Amino acid sequence: MATTLTPVLSAFWDDRKSWTLETYERNGGYAALRKALAMDPADLVTLVKDSGLRGRGGAGFPTGLKWSFLPKPDGGPRYLVVNADESEPGTCKDVPLMMATPQFLIEGVIITSYAIGCHKAFIYVRGEVVHVYRRLLAAVEEARAKGYLGDNILGTGYDLDIVVHAGAGAYICGEETALLDSLEGRRGQPRLKPPFPAVAGLYARPTVVNNVESIASVPSIVSNGADWFKGMGTERSTGYGFFSLSGHVTRPGQYEAPLGITLRELLDMAGGVRGGHELKFWTPGGSSTPLFTTEHLDTPLDFESVGAAGSMLGTRALQIFDETTCVVRAVLRWTEFYKHESCGKCTPCREGTYWLVQVLKRLEEGNGSEADLDKLLDICDNILGRSFCALGDGATSPITSSIKYFRDEYVAHLTNGGCPFDPVRSTLFEGAAV
Amino acid sequence: MPITDQARERLVADAQAIIARYPVPRSALLPMLHLVQSEEGYVSPDGIAFCAQMLDLTTAEVAAVATFYTQYKRHPNGTYTVGVCTNTLCAIMGGDEIFTALEEHLGIGHDETTADGAITLEKVECNAACDYAPVMMVNWEFFDNQTPGTAREVVDRLRSGEAVAPTRGASKVCSFKEVSRVLAGFDDGRADEGVGAGTASARGTALARQKGWTAPAAGSGTTPSSDGKEG
Repeated sequence: MATTLTPVLSAFWDDRKSWTLETYERNGGYAALRKALAMDPADLVTLVKDSGLRGRGGAGFPTGLKWSFLPKPDGGPRYLVVNADESEPGTCKDVPLMMATPQFLIEGVIITSYAIGCHKAFIYVRGEVVHVYRRLLAAVEEARAKGYLGDNILGTGYDLDIVVHAGAGAYICGEETALLDSLEGRRGQPRLKPPFPAVAGLYARPTVVNNVESIASVPSIVSNGADWFKGMGTERSTGYGFFSLSGHVTRPGQYEAPLGITLRELLDMAGGVRGGHELKFWTPGGSSTPLFTTEHLDTPLDFESVGAAGSMLGTRALQIFDETTCVVRAVLRWTEFYKHESCGKCTPCREGTYWLVQVLKRLEEGNGSEADLDKLLDICDNILGRSFCALGDGATSPITSSIKYFRDEYVAHLTNGGCPFDPVRSTLFEGAAV
Repeated sequence: MPITDQARERLVADAQAIIARYPVPRSALLPMLHLVQSEEGYVSPDGIAFCAQMLDLTTAEVAAVATFYTQYKRHPNGTYTVGVCTNTLCAIMGGDEIFTALEEHLGIGHDETTADGAITLEKVECNAACDYAPVMMVNWEFFDNQTPGTAREVVDRLRSGEAVAPTRGASKVCSFKEVSRVLAGFDDGRADEGVGAGTASARGTALARQKGWTAPAAGSGTTPSSDGKEG
């Protein structure tokens, strides 16, 4: 096999008490912080820029470049806000990372805060994962007790405090400006950009918002260097990342590998599609990324190749569906999700997702007509690119891609007078007495 | 049930501790809404008024926020919120069957509570545990790889007052009020309970160990030759 796994953040997830500071330090933790605090902050920004690290929250924007957009210090506060609101359907990497090894994130937060001149950082974690919240609170306290947080960190004169903040259930708060509004104690609604958070973010002050996995990757880059990081992955999609396999696969789970690995390689590692079944469709990066099919098994999972093949790398959330799955049912359910989670600020998204659900429902029930497919595409066309944030855009992805690849299956619902699939055959417990 | 004077005194102290975490007081609103839920089991009109008063906001401003987020309950919640993921992947893997089984078993639907006040049943959106589908959350703790049978068993045990352990999480599921207090930022000392990574989470780790795969120059803290030019 050409590509192998490269566990960094998951290297000791099998340790009995992987989440403690003691385990983290035994595995080399906080050596990077000592090294970073001896460096000039500007050199740290350059180092992360040079590594090519791109945001692991879905958009893939270069992390070091984002840091460099902060205006020159004016004596007022600057903030780091970690987006730990992992909610994109299919995405399940940050939650296990924070549960198993929260110190990677804490060390990354301290190094990043030092690099950008921040003295108060926030971790905004979704409220629906209470044990993850406990682990983060405990990790901050352990780091503080050891002198890694607080005043005069390791005698360097640098001060930092971290606040771990629990959200309260809203997918939209994963959008960075909605997250900032939510952190300010408001409804989570996206802001008009510009100004970008780098200029006017939290409390209208310069702010960096980064995903958990991006920040957690920083200590390894500081320890091992930009060239080490670039030695993994492809030329423009450098480094390693989590690939989260879920659904109809023999051994679903988290597989940490260089960017550019293929689904075929990952499926080999995960024991293939579940026994007796075959791949039908999959998402490369969560439900907001256009569907792929068997023809994309060898597409390198890097930002450029997935984009060129008509989708997006997103969060590397590989949801695998076999031939027992009705694509119309799958797409309807995702669309209901976007309708439920639309914050209502922008009309195309608020009204459009509502109508998409109506039309998809009648198609799934066999009551629609073929003209409904054009109606769906027309509504999608009126949503895409017409709202403040990407939620509405994401809602169109499963619809347009499924009509592109599975138009016949939509039509079969009409000729069949309803869904031709037996949902029980798709379940984990298919055939068992339950 | 209105907030008593005694409870109010306690809540004021807690709210002040929350407000002190933030540079701007209004940032305390979300944790404070979790806090009032920990007292009353939902966000009551009294709870809204309390938050408004503490943060110098109008009750309309607080209500606007409270109604935006799904974790804030607008009527008294059961001791346990049982949330079945019915987003696409979990639904297809069996979440729909599990939800229907619980509806029939408990005799209630989405966002309804059993007459004994034990269980509030909900459909929930993706909870970031797709490699354990189908997933059920009880008071925001993970119950992985559920079936209709295991889900029924969990709710029966909860209703009978048994301590029930999640698959990944604390050693037992705490009450809705207790968990709401944790979400307000008050540690309950249970972080060391439960597993680190679950079986599915650690599959890549296990496979890499078995095959002897590592990241290049594994063993963090080492300094490769490329290092000097960056420092």
